[in-house]
Amino acid sequence: MNPDAPFPGRAEAAPLLITGARLIDPAAGVDGAMALLVEGGRVAALGPGAERRAAELPGVERHDAAGLWMLPGLVDLHVHLREPGQEGKETIASGTRAAAAGGITTVVAMPNTLPATDSVAIVELVRAKAREGGVVRVLPAAAVTKARQGAELAEIGELARAGVVVFTDDGDGVANAELMRRALEYGAMFGVLLVEHCEDKALSAGGVMNEGTVSLRLGLRGWPKAAEASYVARDLVLAEATGARVHFAHLSGRASLDLVRAAKAKGLRVTAETAPHYFALSEAWLAEHPYDTAGKMNPPLGSEEDRLAVVQALRDGTLDCIATDHAPHGGLDKNVEFDQAAFGILGLETSLALTLDVLVRPGRITPARAVELLSAKPAELLGLKGVRGTLAVGADADLCLVDPEEAWTVDPERFQSLSRNTPFAGRTLTGRVKRTLVAGRWVYADGRGILD
Amino acid sequence: MGTLGRKDLLDLEGLTAEEIGMILDEAEAFREVGLRPVKKVPALRGRTVINLFFEPSTRTATSFHLAAQRLSADVLDIKVGDSSVKKGETLLDTVATFEAMDLGVLILRTAHSGSAAFVARHSRASIVNAGDGMHEHPTQGLLDLFTLRRRFGRVEGLEVAIVGDVLHSRVARSDVWGLLKLGARVRLCGPATLCPQALAAVWEGAFPGRVRVVHELEAALEGADAVQVLRIQLERLQRFLFPSTREYSRHYCLTSARLRGAKPGCLVMHPGPMNRGLEISGGVADGPQSAIRGQVANGVAVRMAVLHLLAGSEEAA
Ligand SMILES: [Zn+2]
Ligand SMILES: [Zn+2]
Repeated sequence: MNPDAPFPGRAEAAPLLITGARLIDPAAGVDGAMALLVEGGRVAALGPGAERRAAELPGVERHDAAGLWMLPGLVDLHVHLREPGQEGKETIASGTRAAAAGGITTVVAMPNTLPATDSVAIVELVRAKAREGGVVRVLPAAAVTKARQGAELAEIGELARAGVVVFTDDGDGVANAELMRRALEYGAMFGVLLVEHCEDKALSAGGVMNEGTVSLRLGLRGWPKAAEASYVARDLVLAEATGARVHFAHLSGRASLDLVRAAKAKGLRVTAETAPHYFALSEAWLAEHPYDTAGKMNPPLGSEEDRLAVVQALRDGTLDCIATDHAPHGGLDKNVEFDQAAFGILGLETSLALTLDVLVRPGRITPARAVELLSAKPAELLGLKGVRGTLAVGADADLCLVDPEEAWTVDPERFQSLSRNTPFAGRTLTGRVKRTLVAGRWVYADGRGILD
Repeated sequence: MGTLGRKDLLDLEGLTAEEIGMILDEAEAFREVGLRPVKKVPALRGRTVINLFFEPSTRTATSFHLAAQRLSADVLDIKVGDSSVKKGETLLDTVATFEAMDLGVLILRTAHSGSAAFVARHSRASIVNAGDGMHEHPTQGLLDLFTLRRRFGRVEGLEVAIVGDVLHSRVARSDVWGLLKLGARVRLCGPATLCPQALAAVWEGAFPGRVRVVHELEAALEGADAVQVLRIQLERLQRFLFPSTREYSRHYCLTSARLRGAKPGCLVMHPGPMNRGLEISGGVADGPQSAIRGQVANGVAVRMAVLHLLAGSEEAA
């Protein structure tokens, strides 16, 4: 059993045959109508073989998914579940329910919890909570530095031995260049993935939205995209010098993406993600919704030029993944003056729909590329190639069924998340998650909600 | 709701030229009231006006207080150090406690851009923005327009220079919107750190070619009908925005010698309080071209007009 499999102690689910769907699995080179058979929480057979085997098995549950797309369960590298410490905003239970509703079956839980996830004890606490109340798989990330203070390395070796793959001080970057250099060198011994939140806090200090025409008009302090790009540049130099791999979280600006593109061309071991809001929105949203704190996140929404650069980078491979940076906040944090409000917006329940609506439908990327960005590539970065991010025989039976033609209107009141902070409220999106399966068990069905 | 047909005065960006004209005409009428021995009219009798200031400003608070008093309103001044309210109570909580007092008009000054609009969305009372962070200070903008109109008989066609820390100035933003709507042209002037070229783009869409950004004071003054000098805040030094007050005044202090480069009779304004010798010389501030003293008296008339048009009954002064 995978260490992150939910539902321990539950009886094994019956074999399941899903028929009629278009299976889109770029990691396996598959795109076409195909039956899929699940046994023992894994993909047991595909195509005619699946139907034949199902005919031999007793008690097979059959699910007709005609007209739907079947995707490997989405893997989200960047989720703030807020537990332990801020359970009023989200819990592991509520956050994983939100993930399931969004077709996401594996989430990487950010370590800026209270206290910070910087020790095996807290990692184990998160895992225990996930086994107890979670409905999708949770991989706790750990802090790079003790208590995320940016002063001393966390016990990366110990944490890696306990199965932690992702290390990040997200919320902050590792500001001290020497410490970052050592983290890269030291972490490389254990093959961990160092994830940087790129923000030069001297440049962004006091900034609450992108520096540009809109911030000048609204009289809000600007957060210049140079704060992101200069950080990316420093880390690329350090990655080259150490030979270690580095992954950039939530890139949002044209200049950063140009740097990453050039570094990849040079052969550096660098990967990067963006979040749906950076390809779906620009600072123009704040011009239309002045001082609406649902449009406040870190890094801030950029210019239209930045947005188009994000779309281009998703197309050309400069960006490897789409991750949500799901950041729940309650009214006390958001129903205040703009410059007083917390940074961050929800993402789990709109990520796939935004990708389909904004990128796939207008033909900016293919459905297969969307699956790479949302599932295959993030799984590979977590060292789960062949296990997640694909529905090849032997892989974990984590998947979602999607109606690519169904239009729906985002209504935060119907979210599984405990929070409501989204700039997409009221927006109609085409493409909807109909069902989500984790470890061979249905966890979500549109119209019925979470299937406990 | 008063004759203006809107609940709040949040900014000049959202007003039409006609609405601005209506306020200035009304201010003209109230200016006469200020010259009478009995300076009171019953326009706001029985209404409660609260002056809620989260930033110290004797000048603006007093001006609003006098304006409300002359309209016979019940006026309450509340000055809050940001610290006392920050203890868990939000701005909305604070405002909610006043709503219970049958609040007519809330005059609000805070350090946070957008706060007046934010409160206006959640409150039944009329909100008058008395300065929200770096965003706008609409009654100051109206007062400057009033001063210009009294001096020149019109605002249309005037060339107006605004000099100093435009980036952080709510006064400058209100001035520019008002000036453009009434048909003036604007030169913004200051060092690139306090007056970036990018500022011009804010108004380029609605008023193409009407705002220029220049970094030399001499260029800003050349052919100017009026100049608004902004206060320099010394905290800006901590964010590396200019090297020293000495160097600032060497480049940007409005002196008599520099003023000679403007049109003869160029009107000098300053929203106050002044740093004499830093952004404006004493000679210019007290000189014959200065409108600074008159601006204070006009301020009461303009604020009476705003309060009356927002919340007054139909029969006028
Ligand atoms: Zn971050
Ligand atoms: Zn984050």
